[in-house]
Amino acid sequence: MKIKAQYAMVLNLDKCIGCHTCSLPCNNVWTNRKGAEYMWFNNVECKPGIGYPRKWENQQIHRGGWTLGEKGLQLAAGGRVHKTLNIFHNPDLPTIDQYYEPWDYDYAKLIESPARQHQPAIRPRSQLTGEPLDLQWGPNWEDDLAGLATTGGGDVNFKNLEVATYLQFRNVFMFWLPRLCEHCLNPACVASCPSGALYKREEDGIVLVDQERCRGWRYCVSGCPYKKVYFNWHTGRAEKCLFCYPRTEAGQTTLCAHSCVGRIRYVGVLLYDAERIAQAAAAPTDQAVYPAQMEMLLDPEDPEVRRAAKAQGLADNVLAAARRSPVHALICRWRLALPLHPEFRTLPMVWYVPPLSPVSVQADTTDAQDQVDQVDRMRIPITYLANLLTAGDEVPVRLALSRLMAVRQYMRSLRLGQTADTQVLDKVGLDLPTADRIYHLLALARLDDRFVLPTAPAGDAGIYKRQGTCGFGDAM
Amino acid sequence: MTNGWLQRLRFFRPRGSQHGCQEEKSADGWSETRCGQREWEDLYRRRWQYDKKVRSTHGVNCTGSCSWDVYVKDGILVWETQATDYPACGEGFPNHEPRGCPRGATYSWYTYSPVRLKHPLVRAGLMEMWQTALDRGEDPVTAWAGIVGDDAKRRRFQKARGKGSFVRVSWDQAAALIAAALVHTIKTHGPDRIFGFTPIPAMSMVCYAAGARFLSLIGGAMLSFYDWYCDLPPASPQIWGEQTDVPESADWYESAYFIVWGTNLPMTRTPDAHFYTEARYRGARVAAVAPDYAEYVKFADTWLPAKAGTDAALAMAMTHVIVKEFYIERQVPYFMEYARQYTDLPFLVVLTPSADSHVPGRFLRAADLGLETPNAAWKTVVCDARDRSLQVPNGSIGFRWSEEGRWNLKLEENGRRIDPLLSLAETADGWADASFTLFAVDGAGIRQGRVPILSINTPTGALQVTTVFDLMAAHLGVRHPGAPEAAADDPADYNDPRPYTPAWQEAITGVPRADAIRVAREFAANAEQTRGKSIIFLGAGTNHWFHSDMIYRAIINLTTLCGCQGVNGGGWAHYVGQEKVRPQAAWSQVAFGLDWRRPPRQQNGTSFYYFASDQWRYDTLKPEALRSPLAESPPATHLADYNVIAARLGWLPSYPQFNHNPLELVREAVAQGAASDEQIIAHAVAELKKGELRFAAEDPDHPANFPRLLFLWRANLLGASAKGHEYFLKHLLGTDHAVFNTDGALRPQEIEWREPAPEGKLDLLVTLELRMSTSAMYADIALPAAGWYEMHDLNTTDMHPFIHPFNPAIDPPWETRTNWEQFKTIAEKFSALAVEHLGSMKDLVATPLLHDSPGEIAQSEVLDWRKGQCDPVPGRTMPAMTVVTRDFPNTYKMMTALGPLAADVGVGSKGIMWPAKEETEALQKLLGTVAEPGISQGRPSLETGKQVAETILMLAPETNGETAYKSWAALEKRTGLALRHLSEARRGERFRFDDLTAQPRKIITSPVWSGIESEERRYSPFVINIEEKVPFRTLTGRAQFYQDHPWMRDFGEQLPLYRPPLDLQALASTRMAREPGKELVLNYLTPHSKWSIHSTYSDTLPMLTLFRGGEAIWINDADARTIDIQDNDWLECFNLNGVVMAKAVVSPRIPPGKAFMYHAQERLISTPGSKRSGKRGGTHNSVTRVMVKPTHMIGGYAQFSYGFNYYGPIGAQRDEMIVVRKAGEVQWYED
Repeated sequence: MKIKAQYAMVLNLDKCIGCHTCSLPCNNVWTNRKGAEYMWFNNVECKPGIGYPRKWENQQIHRGGWTLGEKGLQLAAGGRVHKTLNIFHNPDLPTIDQYYEPWDYDYAKLIESPARQHQPAIRPRSQLTGEPLDLQWGPNWEDDLAGLATTGGGDVNFKNLEVATYLQFRNVFMFWLPRLCEHCLNPACVASCPSGALYKREEDGIVLVDQERCRGWRYCVSGCPYKKVYFNWHTGRAEKCLFCYPRTEAGQTTLCAHSCVGRIRYVGVLLYDAERIAQAAAAPTDQAVYPAQMEMLLDPEDPEVRRAAKAQGLADNVLAAARRSPVHALICRWRLALPLHPEFRTLPMVWYVPPLSPVSVQADTTDAQDQVDQVDRMRIPITYLANLLTAGDEVPVRLALSRLMAVRQYMRSLRLGQTADTQVLDKVGLDLPTADRIYHLLALARLDDRFVLPTAPAGDAGIYKRQGTCGFGDAM
Repeated sequence: MTNGWLQRLRFFRPRGSQHGCQEEKSADGWSETRCGQREWEDLYRRRWQYDKKVRSTHGVNCTGSCSWDVYVKDGILVWETQATDYPACGEGFPNHEPRGCPRGATYSWYTYSPVRLKHPLVRAGLMEMWQTALDRGEDPVTAWAGIVGDDAKRRRFQKARGKGSFVRVSWDQAAALIAAALVHTIKTHGPDRIFGFTPIPAMSMVCYAAGARFLSLIGGAMLSFYDWYCDLPPASPQIWGEQTDVPESADWYESAYFIVWGTNLPMTRTPDAHFYTEARYRGARVAAVAPDYAEYVKFADTWLPAKAGTDAALAMAMTHVIVKEFYIERQVPYFMEYARQYTDLPFLVVLTPSADSHVPGRFLRAADLGLETPNAAWKTVVCDARDRSLQVPNGSIGFRWSEEGRWNLKLEENGRRIDPLLSLAETADGWADASFTLFAVDGAGIRQGRVPILSINTPTGALQVTTVFDLMAAHLGVRHPGAPEAAADDPADYNDPRPYTPAWQEAITGVPRADAIRVAREFAANAEQTRGKSIIFLGAGTNHWFHSDMIYRAIINLTTLCGCQGVNGGGWAHYVGQEKVRPQAAWSQVAFGLDWRRPPRQQNGTSFYYFASDQWRYDTLKPEALRSPLAESPPATHLADYNVIAARLGWLPSYPQFNHNPLELVREAVAQGAASDEQIIAHAVAELKKGELRFAAEDPDHPANFPRLLFLWRANLLGASAKGHEYFLKHLLGTDHAVFNTDGALRPQEIEWREPAPEGKLDLLVTLELRMSTSAMYADIALPAAGWYEMHDLNTTDMHPFIHPFNPAIDPPWETRTNWEQFKTIAEKFSALAVEHLGSMKDLVATPLLHDSPGEIAQSEVLDWRKGQCDPVPGRTMPAMTVVTRDFPNTYKMMTALGPLAADVGVGSKGIMWPAKEETEALQKLLGTVAEPGISQGRPSLETGKQVAETILMLAPETNGETAYKSWAALEKRTGLALRHLSEARRGERFRFDDLTAQPRKIITSPVWSGIESEERRYSPFVINIEEKVPFRTLTGRAQFYQDHPWMRDFGEQLPLYRPPLDLQALASTRMAREPGKELVLNYLTPHSKWSIHSTYSDTLPMLTLFRGGEAIWINDADARTIDIQDNDWLECFNLNGVVMAKAVVSPRIPPGKAFMYHAQERLISTPGSKRSGKRGGTHNSVTRVMVKPTHMIGGYAQFSYGFNYYGPIGAQRDEMIVVRKAGEVQWYED
């Protein structure tokens, strides 16, 4: 057992209001500059939809992530030999149009316009060429099902469903999927880099592109199945979400999580067994990856795990955070959160609680009746969510949704001053204290319940000196 | 340092092993962790480092009022993040952190953006004429008179409006021009020809106060916004006598059943939405009523897809179910108790005999019974269950102004306990037919119901009366089992398609009847189980209709019937507009200059714009079509007639006031011997009676009655709220427009019709703005304003109890100035010019009969003095009149110091007043006093915005505990109740501005509001009314289902009912040259946008990037297919009002037959030309036109009395129809 700590995030899609606030401070602080105009380290996609870049989930097109071949785990885009032979032409690189051509406006023209026959107005022009641009796509082109009739057919999560049904007014469904780098345990981007510029940080698992070592080959861009590594055309280097390490090192959460006004995000520490990565990533079927990934994740309450962790040098504050970790509870203990497209086999570390939705066919239910059975009548087909979160396995999705409904029904029984409805909890395998804890974390959790991060360890002996010099750089 | 340069080469950098950690490969050697050679990581750390962060917020009428940290790095304002240090919300409640939305997170983009106004700008042609005149040595006032007095010159710069050619000038030059225009206008036309429009004081109170204070002091009129925006729900003053009071968002969490009805919580209440999503985990169930699959529907358990505009039909059917199942078949004790105590359901109504039936008439009054009691005509009557005696319970409005100390909701008369009957069914003298108006798409009809009656003898004869409850049951078609037989029109059961059954609504709304029944039952059953914790969210989707009030009254029925109002977690939750200025009374003092001069001129916006932009000339809606077949009085011929009557009778304000300069009017009166104010007023009344003096509203197109100057600040009138935008351009501004419409055939009786219609009424439009908005583009002068991270100010909302400060993170850059400094600059120039040109003069100010004043019981009948039905008596049968001295040269001094009246006369609101002597003295110490000799010497200084903010905090009971404590005194006297205990616990608290900066503070409970704020509970409206028995400010003192004013009866709106949306196609909105087969005709809805707050942020690059980069219109995909529209095609959308160009967003989320254009997308961005108009495409309001609803104009009648932003016609736009066609290749009109 090789125990490592990983910073991970859970997003409760049942609470996501699709507001995109998460995207903006991230954009303001990290990507608001030349060469980065089209980059959204954090973006929000409306589902159903094909997203940003277009059809990123469809690895038939993009060939990101891993596949299980005859020789075991392989990068979908091919191995090192393939890459060396094609190093000056990467056929899988998304084009700028698949992201979108970033645009701007000549705002000053409104103020400086001379007298004209018509009211002055400005129009989009490309930030790349400066030419007027007829906009065809953007980072959120499909907001609130915009253009769904055109793009819906391209959403791979409709697999095994009749798409046309869900494109009719009375049958539509909608939810939002905020996305950021998954900081995977088995990152395809790292494996794809010919220069060794990408790496996973030892202490927290954050995946970074070394801005000094990157040579701009861009295999990380195509190798990432989530399309969360971007190429900066100005610097000639790849960039990606840094999990706001300048903040997390100070014990603060990421900007996207901090600004999540829907309060859907949880950030914390997971412990995992690094020796099991290869095995989990190479699970025999796509649907077997999620269970294998669950087995890698370790229980911080397990005395054996704690002893080993301590022995392997994990700091006390990291272990303490792991025990209070909201993401561990949501992922492991309660099985409410699920990974995004585990079949990409990168072992992603940003997880999602699936969303409830209005029932599509209203049976004659009354308040007293069991609401848990509703999950199969909800507008969002379980199949769709399973295609998104569990490689099509509906069982974990149904369990998560049923547990949400059961907690609601149990809480309602308390709310109305009735006898606590524990039957409904039994049905979904929850006991009363667990239901209370789920309720607290989903509804009431305060800032320091949602985000439990240790400050960076103070193990470095040089800190005593650095106290007086940090920030001066090499000059003093 | 020894190996410094070597370490810069990566090769020599220590690897992980030297840091005591191990680098390794994992997963078959594919991936790598690294712990050494990571010095480069400082790159991102350096980016995150900053110099300081400062607490501020945004003032955008979003209701958010979110506290933000604004970051400065290297002296540059770089970004913002949400503050998370709110005081906790209470045990068992989610906290507020974080608050903030994507729009707010984008604000820093504006700070240095190229769209920002950096210097004062004047349009070149105007500046040239002005400068030429000055260069000739002309006095500034003469110079201005020379320009506007020469029609060619005036038209020259008017026609250039909106077409570029701004030149940079100095502040001094701009202020001189504006001051000259002000002086000239006052002298020539009167101060009441000067207008200011700025909305939503709550969003930045000092900024609002800046211009409002200046303009009020010189006698200009402020224009209202809440009614004009159609955010005011007229139903609220109608039902409760309250403008709007709603639960804070944390109180949602207390609810156990939600109906979200036409308000998109995730999109428009972004920072509050988590209380909605989280309440579900506490067990709340959710029904969503929405015409589209809106964002809020995603969180519901049930979606009721009611067709847009038909909501009242669904609500009526649900009311039918609840009355039948919870009031008649079974009586829920909680509901009965609530209805008897807090609603007008038990009050008696006189039935007016008609041919073979009866019409529900007016409330029975103490005066009818011949009782000798003060204000007997304003005291309503119930029937006591114990002995069937008629009783006059405490609390009706007659008690409010009688000084008896009995204005309270104790169910007693002179100490005798009353047990009012809800229904007379058990004890009736008999049953009678009653006729009720029924509105349907094909017109108004009558349906018959049956009510139990009581026959009573009065000094003036026998009367037949029944209760409001019995009328309502009969109106709904719910038969009482005691009734001898069903009325002819009563439905047999829920499946009967007759009104108002679930089956009836299904045909109208499209909502399956079973769902309507189920949700009604769930809602009521939940309220029964929780004693009223069922809540209904309402918003623009249900409020922005011509018949908004009827939609709301129908929906609010459900909450009142189920005892939800005034209960934490229950009741209505209307969220449109940030209307709640928590320190309202204190702020009003400062904002309207009440500390120096009273009363101010305040004009209702809708009427003003209706006349000023000549939209009234195009009105084709016949009043007859709106009225009940049971109406008693003859209809007027034109909707504008009602407005003129309302002005004349003192119901609505009306500025410009008369067809004569009010300063001149006083001068003439004095010249003719008037020695006192009374005699001056008598002179004016006599002139009015003779017809020598006329109301300006009677001749709005005469140049003498034009509004002349308009100031816009914190407002993008033309880019956002100017409904009938193209009419504004044509008539008010006199520039290019796309109006295809021609004058309507209707001619008003009360108004002089002039040909041709005037174009270019305004002499000068001044916009004080952050950025080049549409309004700035069309203004003559655009003055650069400071942003929200560059000033001191205050912000409150109804969504939470905190009061938030704005603080400057940087000083205003370039030549920008805060609104306070801008108006000081103008005031200083003006005061200097006034010494020579104006001096001190007397002004005659006419004001309407105001709500919360004795004027609200002025007119128990509608009598028109002009028609000889009564004498013209100011303040009784016509507007009140006051002579006010205008000390023009001292305007600047008055503006910048707190005047004496706050201490001497008092500060107050909603009918109560307290003297602010202690507060004024404290302010002298806190702020310092004015040293310069003159009128303001020794008075507290208001030089800076921060001083103004401190003054508001000191004077307000909501932020000064001692003031809160004493402010209850007047209400205690009037009600005979002990109330000051509500503020006792926080008596010692007093907020200073810097306290708010340190951490947000919760406001203190005050008599200005109807809810209680404390550590133990969240704010919910009407809690004070319910728990403390303070009456609602209505005729009966209770929540009113029934409205008995003669106009309400004429329009068939005594009781809530369904009125279909206006038929704009029949009203010819789309009757123009057309290409059948290539066009869709769609109902045009303009909801609030996700990518802007009104027009703010709509032009920022981040927001434009996060959707589709410009104006867009959403349509259903099946509709689109019929005329071959593809997603992202250009559309040309038009009707007689104008044309808008936008990209198509095709989506099955949108219902067929509807077009959604999210409102206030600037016409400056991505807007091509229209082939049809030959002009650039317009705004979302280029295809709208307002019509005014007469019942919104009623005045002098209890809760139907005017208040600024409180009552008055609304600027509805959602009934509109447009023609949509594919635009093909578009032209950009770059010339």
